[in-house]
Amino acid sequence: MNSERCAACKYLRRRCPSDCIFAPYFPSNNPQRFACVHKIYGASNVGKMLQQLPTHKRVQAANSLYYEAQCRIQDPVYGCVGIISLLLQQIHNAENQLAKTQAEIAVLSNSHTQDSQFQQNFLLQQGNVGQSSSPSTQPSSWFK
Amino acid sequence: MGGNSPCASCKLLRRRCAKDCVFAPYFPSDDPHKFAIVHKVFGASNVSKMLQELSVHQRADAVSSLVYEANARMRDPVYGCVGAISYLQNQVSQLQMQLAVAQAEILCIQMQNEPVMPTPQMDPEDDKSFLLQNNLPQYLNFASSSNVIHDSLKRESIFGDIIS
Repeated sequence: MNSERCAACKYLRRRCPSDCIFAPYFPSNNPQRFACVHKIYGASNVGKMLQQLPTHKRVQAANSLYYEAQCRIQDPVYGCVGIISLLLQQIHNAENQLAKTQAEIAVLSNSHTQDSQFQQNFLLQQGNVGQSSSPSTQPSSWFK
Repeated sequence: MGGNSPCASCKLLRRRCAKDCVFAPYFPSDDPHKFAIVHKVFGASNVSKMLQELSVHQRADAVSSLVYEANARMRDPVYGCVGAISYLQNQVSQLQMQLAVAQAEILCIQMQNEPVMPTPQMDPEDDKSFLLQNNLPQYLNFASSSNVIHDSLKRESIFGDIIS
C-alpha cells in the first residue's frame, strides 16, 4: 500500500493502490492538476482514456488533457478552440503580409533593373571620360 | 415522455426528456453521434454543468467547441487539440521567418538602389537628401506566437466561425 496517496486518490478520498492509473501523472504535490482535469473530464473518463493508451504515451496524454482542461476553465465557451482560432487568424495575416512583401520585392527588383539599364545608357551618352553627373539624376529621386 | 421525441442526449441516457432539458436545443435526436462523442470524452454530467454555468446565448458556441475538442480527442487520443495547436504554432513561426527574410531582402534591394556614381566627389547635402529620401521601411510588428499558449490562459479569446 502506498504510504502517500496520489493527488487523484486524495481528491476522490479513496485508497491509492500500487497500480493506480493516475498516480504516475497526478502526483500528490500538485493537487490542482488533477482537480482541473477532473472538473472538465471527470475522473472516470480520464482513467478510461489513460487505460486505453500504451504506458509510454500516457504522460503526453495526461499533459494534453491538463492543458485542454485549463483552457476550458479559462474560457468556458471556447476552450482551446479559441487558441486555434487565434492561430489561424495569425497565419492568415502573416500569409497576407508575406504576399505583399514579396510583391514589393518584385516591384523593387524590377525598378532596380530598369535603373541600372538607364544609368548605363546615360553614362554612355555622356562619354567615356569620367564626367560628374548631376545629383538630381540619383535614381532614388526618380521614383518620388 | 412528452409529445416531442427525446433529444439525442436523453435517448442515449435513456431518460425522460424534460421540456427544459439543457441538452435538447443543442443535441437534436437526428444526430446521435454528436452527443455520443461529447459524452464519451467529457461525460453528460460535466457537459450539463458547463452549459448551465453559461448564459443561454453562449451555449451553442460552447457545444460546438466541445464537439470539436471531443472529435479531436477521438482522432488523436494522446494529444487531442493540442496536436493541432502545436502544428499551427509551427506554421506561424515559419511564416514569421519567411517574412523576416523577405523584409531583409527589401532592405538589401533598397541599399543596392543607392546610386554608385563614377565621380568620387559627393556634396554633403546630397548625403542628407539621400538619407531623407531613403528612409528605412517601418518593420512590421508581428506578435510572437511563441507565448500564445501562455498568453491565452491570461485573456479572453476571440472566436470566429471555424467550426464547420
